[in-house]
Amino acid sequence: MREVAIIGVGMTRFGEIWDMSLRDLVVEAGLGALTDAGTDTVDSIYVGSMSSGQFVGQEHLAPLMADHLGMVGVPATRVESACASGGLALRQAFMEVASGMSDLVLAAGVEKMNDGADVTAVLATASDQEEEVYYGVTFPGLYAMIARAHEQAHGTTEEDLSWVSVKAHRNGAKNPKAHFRREFGLEDIMSSSMVAEPLRLLHCSPVTDGAAAVLLCPLERAREFSGQPVKIVGSGLATGALSLASRPDPAFLDAVELSGARAYEMAGMGPEDVDVAEVHDCFAIAEICCVEALGFVERGKGKDAARDGITDLGGSTPVNLSGGLKSKGHPVGATGVAQAVTIVEQLRGGAGELQVEGARTGLAQNMGGSGASSVVHIFQGV
Amino acid sequence: MPSPRYHREIPARYRLEARRCSDCETVIYPPRKVCPSCRGQDMETVHLSREAEVVTSTVIHVPPDDFLNEAPYAMAVVETPEGARLMTQVVDCDPSQVGPGMKVDLEFRLIRKEGKSGILCYGHKGVPSTR
Repeated sequence: MREVAIIGVGMTRFGEIWDMSLRDLVVEAGLGALTDAGTDTVDSIYVGSMSSGQFVGQEHLAPLMADHLGMVGVPATRVESACASGGLALRQAFMEVASGMSDLVLAAGVEKMNDGADVTAVLATASDQEEEVYYGVTFPGLYAMIARAHEQAHGTTEEDLSWVSVKAHRNGAKNPKAHFRREFGLEDIMSSSMVAEPLRLLHCSPVTDGAAAVLLCPLERAREFSGQPVKIVGSGLATGALSLASRPDPAFLDAVELSGARAYEMAGMGPEDVDVAEVHDCFAIAEICCVEALGFVERGKGKDAARDGITDLGGSTPVNLSGGLKSKGHPVGATGVAQAVTIVEQLRGGAGELQVEGARTGLAQNMGGSGASSVVHIFQGV
Repeated sequence: MPSPRYHREIPARYRLEARRCSDCETVIYPPRKVCPSCRGQDMETVHLSREAEVVTSTVIHVPPDDFLNEAPYAMAVVETPEGARLMTQVVDCDPSQVGPGMKVDLEFRLIRKEGKSGILCYGHKGVPSTR
């Protein structure tokens, strides 16, 4: 396997972007990555999107994207793993470069969620239609059941959940591309409207439009394109049962642990080596479960991490300094690639006020559904 | 919901039909071809007890469109004595009283309606146990 580097990153602002279409978003992010690397050609393209068909009625996204990037003829592949589609696109691009099949591969993620679709119904298609959705459960409802199981096992309170949101918004307020650049106090979070007990509105990520893209090439060619390439040193993908009732422990995300273990093994590293991380906090409880499953804290201790500053700037493992899905926004297919963009910026030392001093190793974890798929990448500055 | 799709699920939804893996004894609900525990394919049909215990739960305040008139309602993952777990609503009680450890009976109920002239969709819901 060849060593692989990221040589360019691009990202739209995240938000309700009424003046841009699905294709506009992809083109802006894709051109951003190409411009960053100083090139205008690629050998292959991957695009991750959860459900462009249901959100805007557009399938067959891969050739559309190649066409609108001015690259008709280039091989292009669309991949889907619900909210982990972006992370999966990055992994496929990584494997294509690592295998020696292609040199310059673009990995993009996109979702256009605010064009009038019934978002709750579309997102619910990532859970089990026959066993869960039929009976009236929603996505927040599934994570609420994970939260209640976590409360039962580890005593996690509504206040513990709320500190995760306070941290997300405190950091996201400083991210110029974030959807909700606004701080919230503990009281604001705990008095927001109830969605699915114990999860309130401000424990949930928003409905967001956006796209992100990264350009990959073999490490040995990276200096042709970038003064600050970032190596991908580990990649892990894992699956779990789609339906929450089929999981051994509803308070633990098995697929996240397994994907992390695979990425750590490939990188020859452990959680203690990670200087900065982005994890999939689609709901506050998800960040708590993910920091446990990735080994940043002991199992059962995730509830204290945000409040005690363990996962904040200056803590042992800063998590979601971008604002995370909560504040930055969660255009589902774009999220996994946007996480990689954030980590690359950190490892280049270009994260401004949110910079982790001397960050050398970063991790991004992106998951689908209520945790049935998870993909982890580990990055290192060169 | 297209009627063939609804029809296929009737044995599991109406009669709580499940499978027991002949190799490892795992009870699988709804039925599957391959045992998720040991990959065995030799199965016998069993029926779940109509009693269960709540493993975890929530109260849905923002529901899907089909359930607008029912919110707030309790939903739970419940476990039957056979060890099968299923997602169900818990009704006929104050939703805030539903929580882990609560004993429920599974009753045959209307789950949803497919519009004004569509299928009436049935299944099971948990109700507070009389045991």
